[in-house]
Amino acid sequence: MEIIPLIIAAAISGGTSLLFAVLGGILNEKAGVINLGTEGIMLIGAVMSAIVFIQTNNLFITLAVVLIATGFLGLLHAFLCITLRANQTVSGLAITLFGTGLSAYLGKSVAGVPIPVSIPKVELDWLDAIPIIGQIFSGLDIFIWLSIALSIILYVYMYKTAWGLHLKAVGDNPSTSDAMGISVAAYRYFHVIAGSMLMGVAGFYLIMVYSPNWIEGMTSGRGWIAIALIIFARWNPIYALFGAYFFGGLDSLGFRMQIYEFNIPSYFLKMIPYAATIFILMFIGWKNRNKPSVEPKSLGNPYFREQRL
Amino acid sequence: MSQSANVIEMKDIVKTFGEVVASNHVNFEVKKGEIHALLGENGAGKSTIMSMLSGIYRADSGDIYINGKLSRIRSPKESMELGIGMVHQNFRLVDTLTAVENIILGEKSNKWRGSSWMKKKIEEIEELADKYGLTFPTKVPIWQLSVGEQQRVEIVKTLYRGAEIIIFDEPTSVLTPGEVEQLFLTMQELKRNGKTMIITTHKLKEVMTIADQISVMRKGTMIAQMSKEEATIQSLANLMVGQNMADEGFSIKVIEKGKPILDVQNLVVRTKLRINAIDRINFSVHEYEIVGVAGVAGNGQKELAEVLTGLMQLYSGQIVFNNEKLTAPSVQQLIDKGIAHIPENRMKSGLAGSLGIIDNLMMKTYRSNARAKFGLMKKKENMEWAANLIKKFDVRTPDMVSPVAQLSGGNQQKLLFAREIDINPKLMIAVHPTQGLDVGAAKAVHEMLVQLRDSGSGVLLISEDLEEVMQLSDKILVLYNGKINGVIDRGQANREVIGQLMAGLNYKEGAFYEPEIVV
Amino acid sequence: MSQKSSFEPLPVELKQDNKKLGNVPFRLEYDAHKKGGSWWVPIISIIVALMICAVFILFNGMNPITVYGKMLAGAFGSSFGISETIVKAIPLLLCGLGVAIAYKIAIWNIGAEGQFILGAIGATAVTIFLPNLPGALYIPVMMVVGFAAGAIWGLCTAIPRTYFQVNELISSLMLNYIALLLLDYLVYGPWRDPQGFNFPGTQEFTPYQLLASLGGTRLHFGLIFALAAVILFAFFLAKTRWGYELRLLGANPVAAKNAGINITKHILIVMMISGGLAGFAGAIEVSGVAGRLMYGISPGYGYTAIIVAWLAKLNPWGMIITSVFIGSLIVGGYSVQTIGLPSSFSNMLQGAILFCLIGGEMLSKFKLKKVD
Repeated sequence: MEIIPLIIAAAISGGTSLLFAVLGGILNEKAGVINLGTEGIMLIGAVMSAIVFIQTNNLFITLAVVLIATGFLGLLHAFLCITLRANQTVSGLAITLFGTGLSAYLGKSVAGVPIPVSIPKVELDWLDAIPIIGQIFSGLDIFIWLSIALSIILYVYMYKTAWGLHLKAVGDNPSTSDAMGISVAAYRYFHVIAGSMLMGVAGFYLIMVYSPNWIEGMTSGRGWIAIALIIFARWNPIYALFGAYFFGGLDSLGFRMQIYEFNIPSYFLKMIPYAATIFILMFIGWKNRNKPSVEPKSLGNPYFREQRL
Repeated sequence: MSQSANVIEMKDIVKTFGEVVASNHVNFEVKKGEIHALLGENGAGKSTIMSMLSGIYRADSGDIYINGKLSRIRSPKESMELGIGMVHQNFRLVDTLTAVENIILGEKSNKWRGSSWMKKKIEEIEELADKYGLTFPTKVPIWQLSVGEQQRVEIVKTLYRGAEIIIFDEPTSVLTPGEVEQLFLTMQELKRNGKTMIITTHKLKEVMTIADQISVMRKGTMIAQMSKEEATIQSLANLMVGQNMADEGFSIKVIEKGKPILDVQNLVVRTKLRINAIDRINFSVHEYEIVGVAGVAGNGQKELAEVLTGLMQLYSGQIVFNNEKLTAPSVQQLIDKGIAHIPENRMKSGLAGSLGIIDNLMMKTYRSNARAKFGLMKKKENMEWAANLIKKFDVRTPDMVSPVAQLSGGNQQKLLFAREIDINPKLMIAVHPTQGLDVGAAKAVHEMLVQLRDSGSGVLLISEDLEEVMQLSDKILVLYNGKINGVIDRGQANREVIGQLMAGLNYKEGAFYEPEIVV
Repeated sequence: MSQKSSFEPLPVELKQDNKKLGNVPFRLEYDAHKKGGSWWVPIISIIVALMICAVFILFNGMNPITVYGKMLAGAFGSSFGISETIVKAIPLLLCGLGVAIAYKIAIWNIGAEGQFILGAIGATAVTIFLPNLPGALYIPVMMVVGFAAGAIWGLCTAIPRTYFQVNELISSLMLNYIALLLLDYLVYGPWRDPQGFNFPGTQEFTPYQLLASLGGTRLHFGLIFALAAVILFAFFLAKTRWGYELRLLGANPVAAKNAGINITKHILIVMMISGGLAGFAGAIEVSGVAGRLMYGISPGYGYTAIIVAWLAKLNPWGMIITSVFIGSLIVGGYSVQTIGLPSSFSNMLQGAILFCLIGGEMLSKFKLKKVD
């Protein structure tokens, strides 16, 4: 019985990095922009965290630098896709390739160096008293609580505010939004940049908490799994929470099963999250085959006003 | 109510799109409190002028005065602030939002949208709508509303924003005759409340019904302005299309129909969402016959065309083509059997805009041995063949390789017809074949369809343009909610009856019958 | 990054496109019909990318001109360098052709890396499971099996895509990781050479299992295969009925459907060819260069191939040039390691080139219009 809280706790800590990335992706896609640069942006976030923290030993400065660097990548993507109307798929791929190369280049000096970080943990004595739940939630670090809060905040933002209404309108029907006096470009720029920053935080969390030393390509596909999770979560931040933890659980499942000495080579256990992503997407595709799609209607389409039909 | 002041004055407006001059030194004035009709055929530049008032386009040169003040309308927002609201032809509504959300869209006040705030807004909007007798469901997504309801949402949206000047862009093109009547009543009500209205249209009868003042545009130029009392339908027609064209009525001789080419029995077509888009219909198309399909958009026309061209599979019932029962035919098989298809949207589904003339012409015939041998395309033969076709169908193009997206709409449609007629079709399925074409090009399309009929093909003409359907068809089917709500023969067609059938009224007398429904 | 500022005045001008900009009588306007990107766009993009990366070299306290000079010398300065560059260009060219054919019909296959690995595994499997094949048969069988393995891996992306609407970008990438783990399992596990001193690799191939070298250099027969693939690719696309169908499908899938083209079938076939070409490259790599299957058999050829294809605008002949160019970046990247720059520098440079290329292509579709 005591294994269940352990698995859930592992799922939460494994899923938090994914959660930040999915939330960032949702912000991008809700505004109508696909951001396939997630993997590259996460890597830049991770490598900048390593470099800056080793230099400064200051969590706030580190986070600030990560936000600036990944926000800048978001700005590049936004500029290419919104202002220059480039193909969003190719632009995102370029960010991922560039981010992968750049992070490896910058990270050479800190590769393998352990990062002496201690993230503040939240101790809740009253919670500890409750069985199981106490075991799961006691002593979680502050960023986990932050990510949970962020899911809820983004949910409220998207469904209970004027901005959220405008965001949905911009992603579904930019020309109408424009006609209603909403600046499509401003909304798209803002959400692409903010979303990219969240992807940067995903990288930050990955290296500061989950696996505290820089390894080239250390995200190992998490950025892409996050993109798949957007579909899984139906563009809803609350569903994203559960999706991320589910995949976080799968990710740590490999570890656990090794510990319990199942007779399966670890390589195959490590394949689980990747294979699961494909199978789950296939399942979703099959289940929704007769349903209208919930994805933002103008996802992937650049918008420009002076277009004559 | 002051009747003299010009609320809108546009002076010397020029706007070009690439090579096309959409607005050529246009002057336009509207007085307070009037219903002003801006008349012109498709492509005359009406929408362009109106889009400048609503801030969607900006003029290359010229001045706009609103309420006597020189105004720069640089965005839809600025237009709204000047009290101008526009009811677009293609509604500017976000499908996935509710009516109320659409109406308050863009409102910047009060960022927090809790349920009590929303409730207040819903009440406020319902009250406003009631004042003008406009009713629509406020809490379901727009895509579940009928076209007429959506238009009412658009009108309330402009009123909610405090519009004093309301522009209606081709408001009747998507409505049933009954809905048109209701719209006109609403407009009268708005007029009583002191609103100024501009309505753009190419329908002369509507102009004579609703307008106080009339302006006529042709090919980007303002031809005339007059009051309704000075105008007659004939004079307006002459002004709108030019003297010569208007006089030439379209005549079609009645000929004997041949043997049945297409016979549809108890056909059911089910969409992905498991709705019966076509619900147990029976009809046939004969050789030497044009069968028109009338109906408001979304009543099964699209699915009917798709099932007959193999793009969708039938759910039950049967289709007999040329004495052969078709069960699950592929698109390719149907092409080979001689079914030609002019799809609804030329550039979206008919042509490949980035490819040249030859590639576009070969789409239906590239499998034949005339076009290719041993899997290799015959370059020289294909070039000659294409050159002949575009000569025969008078497609005006600079060369054979430049992307067809650059051709005019009329030339694109001719290209499409050239390709489809070249397969010597036994049956032609033409969907909205004149949409967006000017009068000259539309006439050419009509002639091609009639010629095709006279040479022995059957034609199934699916169109929202009632005028066109009534003019060309030997028999008219009215689709409503996936069912045939009436069949009318040539000569017995009249707008009112068809309108009622389109609106779903079971009109049981007259020259048509209820289709037998076999369960 | 600040070099990017050469682009930056534009958004400001675009936003106010219809106003006169002070006294400047021009404005920038997007022209969809303008034939974007002439031949000079890739060249300018490469130059801008080199300038951006120069900033990072400066960060590292080095002189960019020295570094670029060293890279150039490393890639082309000696006959060894040139042959190394071409050896790298061979898999890049084949994988580039593979992704290009998928991109032609807007299928975003980014799984060339995994397909390449599967091809390498497939070819190696022939050497392991068929030890008694007549010598002359080895190479053909290995190549065919390599192609087939890559094609099957491609199908693993195509089938979810066509029957379950699974985004091919995600699935093909997931399959890359799975392929990589499979490779690691094999070379660390059952296929490891027992006499290999723990080196993660299989036994070395026998001479019959190696591709013939060209004139005693490191260059191998794979070069001929790759060039033949270019010719076939160009021929099929331009001259055949099938090529016409792909062209149509790429230009407008809805119209293609109306013309009776079976899209599902085409996606399956194209993904098999796409994966097959990458698998073929993998088979050539193990039997022409490595001489065995080993850990890290691909230094990211499958990803780099995306840049090769895009830089050549999916033109097969152009890809001969771009694959050699990118190959030279890889080789040049190795040579700057000696002066202390990480070899990942060349990856960064490739990413920057793709970036600038996209920006440049789109920018060239804007034109200056005179305001009267």
